Amino acid sequence: MIGMISSLLAQADWSSPPIDWHAIAPELILVIGINVVLLIDLNLAESKKWMIATLTGIVMLLAFIPVVTLGLELDGVPRELFDGRYVIDEYALVLKALFLLVGYVVVLMSQNALEDGGYYQGEFYVLMLCSILGMVMMASSRDLISIFVALELLSIPGYMMAAWKKRSSVSNEAGVKYYLMGVFASGIMLFGMSYLYGATGTTALTGEEGLGALLTDGSLSGLEVIGIVFVLAGFAFKISAVPFHSWAPDTYEGAPTPVTAFFSVASKAAGFTALMTLVFLAFPNASDVYGPMLWVLAALTMTVGNVLALRQTNIVRMLAYSSISQGGFILMPLAYAGDVDAGGSALNAVVVYLLVYAFMNLGAFAVVIAVSRKTQSGEISSFGGLFNYAPGLAVAMTVFMASLAGIPPLGGWFAKFNAFKAVLDADTTSAYVLACIAAVNTVISAAYYFRVLRTVWVDDVPDGNTAPINPPSPIIAALGITVIGTIAVGVYPRLVAGFGNLSDLAGTVPLLG
Amino acid sequence: MNNLTDNNWILSVGTFLPLLGALAIMFGTSRDDERTPKVIGIFTAGATLAIGIATLVLFDYDQSQNLQFFVDAEWIEVISSGYTIGLDGISLPLYFLSMAVTFLVMIYSWDNMPEAGNPKAFYSLMLILQTGMAGTFIAQDLILFFVFFEVVLLPMYFMIGVWGGEQRKYASLKFFLYTMFGSAFMLVAFLAIFFQTGGESFSFAWLYEMGAGIDRDVQIWIFAGMFLGFAVKVPMFPFHTWLPDAHTQAPTQGSVILAAILLKLGTYGFVRIALPMLPQGAEAWAPVIGILAVIGIIYGALGCLAQTDMKRLIAFSSVAHMGFVMLGISTLTTFGINAALFGMVAHGLITGMLFFVAGSIKHRYHTLEISRLSGMLIQMPKMGWILGFAAMASLGLPGLAGFWGEFPAILSAYNPHPALNETLFRTLMVIAAVGTVLAAAYLLWLYQRTAFGEPTEEFAGHSDAEHEAAAHAGHDSHGVAHSLSSAANVDADEHHDDIHDVQPTEWIAWTPFLIAIVVFGVYPQLMFKVLDPAVTQLVNTISAGIPQ
Repeated sequence: MIGMISSLLAQADWSSPPIDWHAIAPELILVIGINVVLLIDLNLAESKKWMIATLTGIVMLLAFIPVVTLGLELDGVPRELFDGRYVIDEYALVLKALFLLVGYVVVLMSQNALEDGGYYQGEFYVLMLCSILGMVMMASSRDLISIFVALELLSIPGYMMAAWKKRSSVSNEAGVKYYLMGVFASGIMLFGMSYLYGATGTTALTGEEGLGALLTDGSLSGLEVIGIVFVLAGFAFKISAVPFHSWAPDTYEGAPTPVTAFFSVASKAAGFTALMTLVFLAFPNASDVYGPMLWVLAALTMTVGNVLALRQTNIVRMLAYSSISQGGFILMPLAYAGDVDAGGSALNAVVVYLLVYAFMNLGAFAVVIAVSRKTQSGEISSFGGLFNYAPGLAVAMTVFMASLAGIPPLGGWFAKFNAFKAVLDADTTSAYVLACIAAVNTVISAAYYFRVLRTVWVDDVPDGNTAPINPPSPIIAALGITVIGTIAVGVYPRLVAGFGNLSDLAGTVPLLG
Repeated sequence: MNNLTDNNWILSVGTFLPLLGALAIMFGTSRDDERTPKVIGIFTAGATLAIGIATLVLFDYDQSQNLQFFVDAEWIEVISSGYTIGLDGISLPLYFLSMAVTFLVMIYSWDNMPEAGNPKAFYSLMLILQTGMAGTFIAQDLILFFVFFEVVLLPMYFMIGVWGGEQRKYASLKFFLYTMFGSAFMLVAFLAIFFQTGGESFSFAWLYEMGAGIDRDVQIWIFAGMFLGFAVKVPMFPFHTWLPDAHTQAPTQGSVILAAILLKLGTYGFVRIALPMLPQGAEAWAPVIGILAVIGIIYGALGCLAQTDMKRLIAFSSVAHMGFVMLGISTLTTFGINAALFGMVAHGLITGMLFFVAGSIKHRYHTLEISRLSGMLIQMPKMGWILGFAAMASLGLPGLAGFWGEFPAILSAYNPHPALNETLFRTLMVIAAVGTVLAAAYLLWLYQRTAFGEPTEEFAGHSDAEHEAAAHAGHDSHGVAHSLSSAANVDADEHHDDIHDVQPTEWIAWTPFLIAIVVFGVYPQLMFKVLDPAVTQLVNTISAGIPQ
């Protein structure tokens, strides 16, 4: 069909494709916002730079408005642009909302850290907006090329943000490591994409001539198998799945803490978005290839991440390994995406997990930022006795850690539960084995999450300094959003449980045929 | 379904009222205020208990086999899990016990806060704990059950971790990880049974009906997952090792709640969920449960004989007592399960009482080393007598509650379910009977060493009773008057080492326990008649699922 269209186009005069302006309004607002922020920053006195953060927040909230109006107007019929290669459906909108929300919370968290450190504020927020734009585009991309463009758009600003503490060698190391590994991953991914294109002659994911229809178990050529494996491996770097995780701990520890929060939540979610889109739309019929691969990746990721997290004494490093291990849990349902029973619940499980994970992990980082402003330390032991002098932060930390460990009735348990449910829905021996591995990992993870809580509640204050902490109001706002989100989802899971219905995503393709 | 009454709000209120109290304490009181959190806590627990009493009154005892106050509301549609709650004869005693124990423990804490202080956090945690415990006993949906089952974990972790003894960090994490390990596999088992029955509903009623249809091999596997979850909680040998540590390190309040209620969550889970939903799995696992139970009885008793710490000894006795309960359950008979359920309540009352006494002894002597304690009957005659009473009840003296849990459980092993191996269970019966002798031995020995004889040198001459004997031989009533006044205002400086007899708050907290132990001992029918119809129906469900 695509060939037909292109030959038709060649005959006729070229005219620009019809553009649904409403559908791409979030992206447009972000683009305009980026320019406005950049221009205002150029002409703003140093003493008024704090306004840039507020402005960035407003841009994100403005971009949120069309996401909502689109959601209200959508009514189950996806809006397609550019020959079905850029699609706005419910799945995309939920993820766009997630990215904008995460971006907003990260802005709240960064504000004071950047002011205190005397960093370049204007440029930081511009880069962050660029990265968010990439993520928002990723949610709608239905073509290898646009997926790649979105990925680079979200990654490249990240390399610079990681190295934002210009005079700190750790931060520079973080940036360089992230950059080298990221570029390496992009290379691998492009290599895989080129094989896929070479073998099938298309970059579109959907449609009768798209990858989804052409890549079918049993009739895959060696070239196609290599292509699929390499593309997935490239994204495995992005989501720091073991054994492609080695960059994550150093980058997370070295980067400024708000940036780490951004990476561990937003970038990771963007990576998963791409993985979901690929697995469900481009490779739905190639589950013999990606199923075992993702199974092994998930099992390895959760186990290795957990075991290494047990040994950490630095809270950010611990959270880094914990986020690797959480990534394993998110990856777990995807291994059964091709299963007729489990496919639907797998997509739902991943989307719900990403939402909940965003709340609880951002919240944990917000507490870390608030506490380290006082203690000037990243060691877990510096949290000793927090309950005695900052009970509010201690309770918030308890909520986040318990949620990450999966204790009901906090959000994390529903996310984990959903992931377990999706896997067991497949009802095969391998599914039960994976579920048992995950069950053991839940226990291991509880050990290190609760060690933090033990320090917070039981240990003595290390330096005897029990002056209360008064977090700045943006941090309090960030904490408020994340605590409420974490608890609300756990107590009343219906809030999010409807997100990520397979039918929303599959509206455009005959899936799992 | 069985909408027997219109009062179906009563369970939800009874379960979630403590949570409101906890929120009130968290947000409504200041940290420096020691008194208000206690007042709110006791008031809330009292109101909850009043609702519990109302539940007792409104409960239709002629229909105790049916779920009453039944509510079936939507909760998480996407996973077909509902807010399904109800109360029948099996749940009622435990549900009420949890309310009563929390209330009494709170009264006890009025004068006996553990050392770390901070009543604000302590009382809120106890109230959250209460919600979790009560919720577990009324849940009629697997996911709801799981949520409540896990909710109790966090408050207990903090109670041990913050207010516990020297080794509290180790003990609290061990408690947490063991339980978490069990529940992780339990959750997998819950999901497995959900999908094996067609993935339509998590409600108990549905799973009772459909569970029996699952293949025998699959049932055995799913039962294994549930077994892990519940057996750790009970705790059964060999998953018991967290218990002595947790009990020894927990504050008195924590130990009492742990012994009285939390351990019952495991046995209740077996009776309510594992057995009736997976009859063939239960039949296959029953010998294993029986053997482990009896090992627990003997091992726990021998463990008791080796202990030098009083609290640790009581903890090991819990392992033995829960062994009797599990033996009763493993017979899969009406008789055995009735005995087990009675034993759960009896053990809750008696061991709770023993932990109370141990806590009060620790409060006075600052030690629980058995070798350092002696002559309690001389120094604190009333406390000594209460300890003796609780020890007698614990060893299963006829006429006290403990007897009716233990004796029928042993007896029931003579005639296990027809599908089970009779010889094996009769052997188990004999060994379990030996266990009762050992129980008598360790409890009497404990009592002999701590209560009889003369006070040891380091504590001699520090008690009120001795002061009186030395000063005024004529003032007989002085002791009571003194302890009454000292309860209101313990003068730390003057009476630093003074060893008081039982004080008013302790009397208030303990008397209901003592009365209940006697009442259920003399008239066990009171509880059996509530239990029996429900248990009969349960055993019918199990039997129907086991092919003859």
